[in-house]
Amino acid sequence: MNNKKKTVEYGKYGYAFIAPFFIVFLIFQFYPLLYTFYASTLVKAGRGSAVTFDLVGNYSKFIFGSDKTFWYSLGITVVLWLLNFIPQIIMSLLLASWFTDQHNKLKGQGAYKVIIYMPNIITAATIAVLFNNLFCSQGSIIVFLRDICKVKIPDGGILDHGWYSLIIIAFIQFWMWYGNTMIVLIAGIMGINPSLYEAAMVDGATANQQFFKITLPLLKPILQYTMVTSCIGGLQMFDIPSLFNKGGPDMLIGQDKVRSTRTVVMLIKDYIAGGETSSSYNVGRASAYSVCLFIVTLAVSMIFFLATSERKEHK
Amino acid sequence: MNVQMTEEKKSMSWVKPVRYVICIFLCILSIFPFYVLLINATLDSNTIVKGIHLIPGGSIINNYKNLMDPIKNPQNEICNMWESLLHSLIVTVPTVILQVYFASFTAYGVTVYNFKFKKLAWGFIYAIMMIPTQITIIGLLKVSNLLHMDGTYLPLIIPAIAAPTTVYFMKQYMESGFSVEIVEAARIDGAGEFKIFNIIALPLLKPAMATQAIFAFVASWNNLYTPQLVLGSAKELSTMPMYVAGLQAQDYQRDYGMIYLGLLMTVIPIMVAYFLLSKYIVAGVALGGVKE
Repeated sequence: MNNKKKTVEYGKYGYAFIAPFFIVFLIFQFYPLLYTFYASTLVKAGRGSAVTFDLVGNYSKFIFGSDKTFWYSLGITVVLWLLNFIPQIIMSLLLASWFTDQHNKLKGQGAYKVIIYMPNIITAATIAVLFNNLFCSQGSIIVFLRDICKVKIPDGGILDHGWYSLIIIAFIQFWMWYGNTMIVLIAGIMGINPSLYEAAMVDGATANQQFFKITLPLLKPILQYTMVTSCIGGLQMFDIPSLFNKGGPDMLIGQDKVRSTRTVVMLIKDYIAGGETSSSYNVGRASAYSVCLFIVTLAVSMIFFLATSERKEHK
Repeated sequence: MNVQMTEEKKSMSWVKPVRYVICIFLCILSIFPFYVLLINATLDSNTIVKGIHLIPGGSIINNYKNLMDPIKNPQNEICNMWESLLHSLIVTVPTVILQVYFASFTAYGVTVYNFKFKKLAWGFIYAIMMIPTQITIIGLLKVSNLLHMDGTYLPLIIPAIAAPTTVYFMKQYMESGFSVEIVEAARIDGAGEFKIFNIIALPLLKPAMATQAIFAFVASWNNLYTPQLVLGSAKELSTMPMYVAGLQAQDYQRDYGMIYLGLLMTVIPIMVAYFLLSKYIVAGVALGGVKE
């Protein structure tokens, strides 16, 4: 009681301690967020002409209009995320279950973790350029596959082929991230009360039963957390696709020509900076895309929070 | 039970070798691209385009000369490799210091003190953790312009003061490993509040700060998107990832040996740091997942 009284007296210092965080947050994150919303209402009429205010102009034209660029980019981003996340979570779960298996203890686990995690820490820009040089038409891996293994490589090489590029980008993401997810899941499994497994063993449960009836259900919160952070990160994917093949070749979807590996953030950057892939500057358009990406990201985290709060209520 | 276990072991005798083989294969998969990078950095372009080589060659010095040559690698005119590494350090070191110091500062504020809006402030910090910075980049460019920070590193460094995730981890650590009694004892000795934080609390937070510093360093060091847009046309300020992006820009007549060496030079520092600190990094990654 006495304790509490004292801290109340000092309470005003609390504001001083949190002030720098909130001041910087307001100036460098909150104001920019508001400004992005505002900028999305500035419509550019034509090349070089001034912008005019129009609340929904950019949205009706570039999001809900005949120009489907945003939705294609979002689709490509989601496809890239799924192509890397599904194998990633399966592989990580499998490895995590092996590394925590008490019957078949693997030696040198520390070393495996260190090596498998390594690609995650290397600069993504470097990795993207490295893979570009390995997979371009004269790249070491392509030459090896084509000339020595006699694998048939499509004309113009892998980088000029939409689906191959998507698969390699997804592979790079997988390769960079499954070690991270594996370590997280191992920590999660280690946190499960060992007496549960002992009880299950006394009852004669097999290793598979233990995994599906104990490990998986108890790992659910961590799996959900992994999924939402990976999904939010995946929606912002930029470095790898941007430097691997700069948005890739055009791909035909229905009647529309679509840049086959251009993610949403790449699209936004192209309209802010002109970029290597398009020469059009349109900040209003880029802002409208940013706002939509923000809403999608928010929706993903809301679904996650609802799912986890529901779980707590059930308990 | 004992019998059952030995039986299980017998029938599963193939399990362990299979797992070892797969784990070793995955390790090779992790290392292989970097091994090719290392070898190709020592070969000349004509050799590299013939396929995969496993034995180093003797062209490393020539590759280095090309890498630094203003005609073979035009970005040297504006910013060469060493300058880009220096620029990355100039951005990253203050970022890490500010991020870790102010995250501890903020977390200390919401842990040690009781004030009216404490719960609200903490809930807010928790809620904004998920907002990605890529989305607000247009506004950040505007702020940078309004505050006359264009063409400087400040818009990359200052936002580190408000890093919600780092605050979150520092608070987690304080809740388990920091006792408020120490603060009260120091008050009785007449120390001021900020002095207590700097002299007494900070040293106790060192382990958590070290872990967070590593991750803050990696995030800032590897960042491509924000510097690319914030520095924009000021190419003479390029950071290392921007330099790497520039390496790939020349499409016709690539000098592969030069490019691989350039990439290798950017990988070596981070690789060395990683193997020195890998124990802490792996532990830190594990910590990140079990926070829920």
